[in-house]
Amino acid sequence: MLKDLFPNVIPEDLWEATLETLYMTIISVIGTLILGLILGLLLFLTDKGNVWQNRFVNFLTAVIVNVFRAIPFIILILLLFPFTDFIIGTIRGWEAAVPALIIGAGPFYARLVEIGLKEVDKGVIEAAKAMGAKTNTIIFKVLLPESMPALISGLTVTGIALIGYTAIAGVIGAGGLGSLAYLQGFQRRDFDVILACTILIIIIVFIFQFIGDLLSKVIDKR
Amino acid sequence: MIQIKNLSKLYQTKKQKVQAVDNVSLNIEPGEIFGVIGYSGAGKSTFVRLINRLEEPSDGSVVIHDKDITKMPSHQLRKKRQKIGMIFQHFNLLWSRTVFDNIAFPLEIAGVSKAKRKEKVLELIHLVGLSGKEYAYPSQLSGGQKQRVGIARALANDPEVLLCDEATSALDPETTDDILDLLVSINKKLGLTIILITHEMHVIQKICHRVAVMENGKVVENGEVLNVFVRPQSKTTKRFVQQLNPLEHEKDKLYNFINDREDSEVVKLHFIGNHARRALISEIAKKFDVEINILQGSIAPTQEGAYGTLFVEINGEKAVLTNTIQYIQDSGVEVEVLKHA
Repeated sequence: MLKDLFPNVIPEDLWEATLETLYMTIISVIGTLILGLILGLLLFLTDKGNVWQNRFVNFLTAVIVNVFRAIPFIILILLLFPFTDFIIGTIRGWEAAVPALIIGAGPFYARLVEIGLKEVDKGVIEAAKAMGAKTNTIIFKVLLPESMPALISGLTVTGIALIGYTAIAGVIGAGGLGSLAYLQGFQRRDFDVILACTILIIIIVFIFQFIGDLLSKVIDKR
Repeated sequence: MIQIKNLSKLYQTKKQKVQAVDNVSLNIEPGEIFGVIGYSGAGKSTFVRLINRLEEPSDGSVVIHDKDITKMPSHQLRKKRQKIGMIFQHFNLLWSRTVFDNIAFPLEIAGVSKAKRKEKVLELIHLVGLSGKEYAYPSQLSGGQKQRVGIARALANDPEVLLCDEATSALDPETTDDILDLLVSINKKLGLTIILITHEMHVIQKICHRVAVMENGKVVENGEVLNVFVRPQSKTTKRFVQQLNPLEHEKDKLYNFINDREDSEVVKLHFIGNHARRALISEIAKKFDVEINILQGSIAPTQEGAYGTLFVEINGEKAVLTNTIQYIQDSGVEVEVLKHA
């Protein structure tokens, strides 16, 4: 029956494209998490009245974050071609999309991280200081655990945006479901392929959202 | 034990300067519960934060056990802070940690081994009366229970002093009393010095040995709680004492009893400490040919003994009246004869 509904879909190709999309997404989500946490912590900690208060570093970080958030993703990929070629050794395939995905989504997540950290009760940070905690301890034992639900739901939002980005990257040669939908579905007018890709992307998004919601709910003891 | 000298904090913004704490000098004795009372904005919260340098002082020094906190480099200060417990108005517990892990947190900071942490935490949970709640999260606790966790956490590293910043202000009166009782029992059991900030005179009356009254960043009055209560000097202090004992200050209601007759006087009697236990009224009624009409009275217990006031109307011949009042004075009770203004 599936064969009748999707006559032009080759299951092996579809499966391979799905895996590529998943790889791209998962690896870039991990990269985004790391980059976003670093930038977000930097934004937060160098802000006025905080432990590493430093106007220059704060301003610089904010500029970097804002500039990269402002560049449309499709242009960012093109801009990063030389960089990608340098670190990945190619500009084709799903691996080549990862640097652009991380650099595109990291700054966005950084802002969400900053918002999450700002929500942490100032009194709790003060209490940790009063106990003689070092800045490291405050970051890893107070700031991050206390903002965890916000960090997770922020990552879910960013991750879903990233799935969208992978499809865009697919169009210019990164593979995955976006690529399949564009090359086979659009250029060869096999609309059933577009439909199949769409359904799979929606399923991936739903799973992502479900895991994110579940995690932040389980972890939230407030 | 703690010498605070000329401690000042000046907040400077482009538009204005605010002298939050102004040249405060106090000596706090080991094992005492020292209260600091003031209205909001009096600088008391800033003052307590200067003691562990959560706020950097602009001037002055804080010496705890012969070590000047204000001159310590930051790594030394962090070590010292482990020995200065602090509890807060809003408890400031980590919601992501259980009761057990919240209390273990300062021990983790101090680098105590896991086995020792467990032993100490369980001991503290027992001390503050939270047995059975080890693995509850703060959100599952009542306000009073949260403050108990706060107290246990503050005691984890066996501090030399406990700072309490409005520790009972977010609690209902009954819970406040429970927490105050706990603080007194810890003070007695561990001999722990406590510095307590509050805006409630009731708290000072109930547990403090000495008190300082703050206004506009300055200490306007300080001394033994009983002394400050009975002879408040400044206007602010008088207002605080009034808060505690509203009756005493509604003199208007007594005006009907006050008259210009020579054979009748309305007097206010101050009973302090042990005098509060004496049956003075029946004593003078038997000794002198006077009639006594009790108008109103109250008694307030403090850490250093009770303190009571009594308004009575005494009727009798003028000479007898004078003798009676003299007799009361000689017995150590303060007398104030009320007249129409």
